[in-house]
Amino acid sequence: MTELLQQLINGLALGAIYALIALGYTMVYGVLRFINFAHSDVFMIGAFAGYFLARALPGGSVYAGLAVLLGAMAICALLGVIIEKLAYRPLRGRSTLTVLITAIGVSLLLQNLGQRIFGPNPRSFPALFPVHQFHFGGVVLSSAQIVVFVVAMVLLFALRHIVLHTRIGTAMRALSFNPVAASLVGINNDRVISFTFALGSALAAAGGILYASNYPSIDPLMGTLPGMKAFVAAVLGGIGNIAGAALGGLALGLVETAVVAFGGSTYRDAVAFAVLILILLLRPEGLLGKRTVEKV
Amino acid sequence: MRRPQIRILPVAALAAVALLAGCSKTGGDAAGASTIKVGEFASLTGKEATFGTSSHEGTLLAVEEVNAAGGVLGKKLQLVYEDNRSTPGESLTIAKKLINNDKVIAILGEVASGRSLEVAPFAQQSHIPQISPSSTNPAVTQVGDYIFRVCFIDPFQGKLLAAFARNTLKVKKVALFSDVAAPYSVGLAKFFKEAWLTGGGELVSEVKYTGGDKDFKAQLTVIKNAGAEAIMIPGYYNDVGLIVAQARQLGITVPMFGGDGWEAPELIQIAGAENLANTFYSTHFSPTSTDPLAQKFVAAYKAKFNGKVPDAMAALGYDSVMVLVDAIKRAGTTDEPQLRDAIAATKDFPGATGITTLDANRDASKSAVIITVKDGQFHYLETVAP
Repeated sequence: MTELLQQLINGLALGAIYALIALGYTMVYGVLRFINFAHSDVFMIGAFAGYFLARALPGGSVYAGLAVLLGAMAICALLGVIIEKLAYRPLRGRSTLTVLITAIGVSLLLQNLGQRIFGPNPRSFPALFPVHQFHFGGVVLSSAQIVVFVVAMVLLFALRHIVLHTRIGTAMRALSFNPVAASLVGINNDRVISFTFALGSALAAAGGILYASNYPSIDPLMGTLPGMKAFVAAVLGGIGNIAGAALGGLALGLVETAVVAFGGSTYRDAVAFAVLILILLLRPEGLLGKRTVEKV
Repeated sequence: MRRPQIRILPVAALAAVALLAGCSKTGGDAAGASTIKVGEFASLTGKEATFGTSSHEGTLLAVEEVNAAGGVLGKKLQLVYEDNRSTPGESLTIAKKLINNDKVIAILGEVASGRSLEVAPFAQQSHIPQISPSSTNPAVTQVGDYIFRVCFIDPFQGKLLAAFARNTLKVKKVALFSDVAAPYSVGLAKFFKEAWLTGGGELVSEVKYTGGDKDFKAQLTVIKNAGAEAIMIPGYYNDVGLIVAQARQLGITVPMFGGDGWEAPELIQIAGAENLANTFYSTHFSPTSTDPLAQKFVAAYKAKFNGKVPDAMAALGYDSVMVLVDAIKRAGTTDEPQLRDAIAATKDFPGATGITTLDANRDASKSAVIITVKDGQFHYLETVAP
């Protein structure tokens, strides 16, 4: 029983991180209908921004930790806007495939720039928040896991609020519905898209920092695997659907943990990607996505 | 406007190719007269950078010492090296370049068994001796009679770790947690398991991870509930650091131990000093050894690298050059197959890591040391003879 509970906690904590990264994927997709593959590398830049900020600030307290988190989110938001302006804006109106391939290019550029600037060697990430282990019977819960869970939930609801109940959120939804019509009714499309990228990249930074504080070894290629897993999570939940991304992340974390718990530790990643294939075959719109008919 | 450009391109490319080919040929011949070129491929950056860098520094020191003493056969040694970034797929490209373009007479590398194995078939096919400083997987030298190593192999390391768990840790139930993606880890896990089970030990859990994973809590929870009294982790320091930290977070207090893949200062940074209490690993060399040659090496290394204390990889990198130079001297030539035969005949050669004798399988049989981590420092515990 304790083993089951402990594995449940492990799975949810891992899933919360996937959910956090998946939120960024799904939001950009929801508005612009394209997968921003550079997201996982902005995630990496976020972790490095946190690393350098944490070394500059006296650490250990909750406030210092929050300052580092917000600082890295601001840096990445700016980076997101710059990437959009330089790489994606010139391609506005081109086919989705062109933009998709550009996104992969941006991803490789960031990875290699990261290797050039930060060096390819792994660095150990400092503890941002006070670390404490809570024991309940035989079950252990660490403060880092709680922070991940709380931040993921807070960001999920904040994001839902922004998209559903603010002016800019309304503009984002209008844009996703029909960009031409949106600009006809006076929405500044460029501004809304910049905002979407800023928001998505800030989410990636939050994900990067929380990931690094749970698994304190960071390197310029750290984004690749969690990025792919988060992509699976976003598709699993129904890409473009914010609640779906969170649900997909948690579900993927639980599935991976269950695979290990039942003795299949060799096949952990294989199962995660098999989930993607199965979802695409059986329910391509995802768990919470709406079935749409493509008109040809 | 466009057409002429398109026509010029292939011509320019051809000219460039011709120019390059010309360069390397004349360069090789000119250098061949005055120096002996030795190739090295190493993981100077990336996941196992600490190992690669140490090994490379030991290699550099040895080359410098040999040249300071007048070189070999009246010629200076010239080390041609390249970084494979600890990634698969790079090493073979480097080896091809070293052998085909630079015309090296021997190739040194690598630390990781997986990357030594990438190069070995090509070195064998080209009849260029390859000496691995510290790849311990037996498969490396099984590739062919041109592949050598100056370290002990994993069947020995697996056996001594099993004996260590039984006699020093005095445990009966062990869990085995290995990396499916590293031939080193798979091999060491297999040999440990064989020795442990034949010795009457009990294996309560056997779980796997993939090198580069960050989350190990699911596997560690399985291990915890299997009632293991000690955990054997035959992996590399990056993953081991995270595993040890997460195990302690889950309240696992039992001893953890592994092989020479643990030995790096980064292990302490990643895992945290307090989490590493009660952990042990086996390796090739301890800088606190009282052997005079080891002490001479430690002093020279410290002098060259700003007081940095050498680890086992550095000492083995140093010995890989010294064994090669000794063989060149005995062969009196760098031609094949005389050089290969001379390396194979290496017997009782005194080096930084003790006495090296290459056996019929071209592996070195030598003693190992057990190191423990206490208060964030590595401490020598005991020496195990072969």
